[in-house]
Amino acid sequence: MVEFCHEQTAHCESGVLANLLKFHGLDISEPMAFGLGQGLFFAYAPFIRLNKLPLITYRATPGRLLKQVARGLGLDLRMRQFKDPHKAMLALDELLERGIPVGLQTGIFWLPYIPRAYRFHFNAHNLVVYGRAGDEYKISDPVMPFATTISQADLQVARFAQGALAPKGKLYFFAKVPATLPLAEAACTSLRYVAKQMSGVPFFLIGTRGMRFLAGRLGKWPARLGDRNALLHLGQVIRMQEEIGTGGAGFRLLYAAFLQECQGVLDDPCMGEFSARLTEIGDKWRLFAAMAARICKERRRDGDSFVSCARLICTCADREEQLFKDILRHLG
Amino acid sequence: MKISDVPQDTGISEDIQVVSYATEDDGRYVRVGSRGWEPVNVANGLAWQEINAGLRETLAEVNCGRVSVLAYYMVVNQMDVALLARYAGFFRWRVKRHLAPRVFAGLKPAVKAKYAEIFKITVAELEHLPSDPLGEGGNG
Repeated sequence: MVEFCHEQTAHCESGVLANLLKFHGLDISEPMAFGLGQGLFFAYAPFIRLNKLPLITYRATPGRLLKQVARGLGLDLRMRQFKDPHKAMLALDELLERGIPVGLQTGIFWLPYIPRAYRFHFNAHNLVVYGRAGDEYKISDPVMPFATTISQADLQVARFAQGALAPKGKLYFFAKVPATLPLAEAACTSLRYVAKQMSGVPFFLIGTRGMRFLAGRLGKWPARLGDRNALLHLGQVIRMQEEIGTGGAGFRLLYAAFLQECQGVLDDPCMGEFSARLTEIGDKWRLFAAMAARICKERRRDGDSFVSCARLICTCADREEQLFKDILRHLG
Repeated sequence: MKISDVPQDTGISEDIQVVSYATEDDGRYVRVGSRGWEPVNVANGLAWQEINAGLRETLAEVNCGRVSVLAYYMVVNQMDVALLARYAGFFRWRVKRHLAPRVFAGLKPAVKAKYAEIFKITVAELEHLPSDPLGEGGNG
């Protein structure tokens, strides 16, 4: 059996990455994995619907983190998908026998150990399988405090969840890792990329432009959608921002932790300042979530309204735009 | 977010802690366990309310014989016809037909077994509503 050290993290994909790399002797923290993977993002995509509600995302597309970290650090990441569930399970068994912990993409709805309230049809949940004992697989799920187990039947169903982002049995592992990593270089590339995505994409649904567009729409939701539907939409924003796996404030705090680590990696005190600024912005996002929740719960305080919520989002957008432009200018 | 501001509002995550990133007094980031946050509980509860409202509607339709019990199991598993069809490997129109009580009653055992497998229940269970049909639906 593989000696695998489970550590709970905020986000599943960056957590799986950090835990897998730790197994291979590389000390990459979760924020570092998230940052190098260019995980921070914002997009409002009302034409994509989740349970009839618009998609609002605070992060990059699932799977991107893995690829970017592997590319940036020069890691040999192997990834496979399957048509046949039996072959998918055999391939997993074979890797486990060779002592290699394996990352899997799964449908969270089918994982019995996940608390009931989180079990929706979301198909891009990542976890690590690090061993097998008979019919039971040993699971390190980054959002869980402890390592756990799952039956073969349940795991197979979860690997072949259907619908949007269907994993198709996707598994991945690191075949080889280099002894030294080009951390500083990779960090700069990622910092620049994220900053551009957030502040410089000339499209109205992406980055800080997307935030302002969402704010504009959000302010009009009660009039356009009716009271109940407006509340459901607002609740959806809170969930995308704060529900399990974001580390708080829609990944902003996680990214701020990355910026702080960059201060050491790049030996650049400015990164610490950028981190502090993003922390403040993250706290603003949390103020928005708290106000939005009071509205959802019909417990408004003075000044709570959809329009005030929209104003908070605009403030976040303004500050993020300035921050990411400053980062771009600073890195040159 | 300071460590002292990390919320500890018990709710949807049951007794499982989630990880938040928060700063110490000197600004250094650390991982902090959180029992949950009230705004998250509220938003999650709202989503479940909506799911459960849909479930109650479906249940009423099953009870008055307008749709087959398959509709109940579909909705309680948060699926629609499109998603269930993907799981079963059937065309959508076929699943839609199976939602008619008379068609469902005459289904071949193999087809029923397929549905039962998807919902992780037995064929016998698939043919009836469970004793507590609303008990499954999470919180709120």
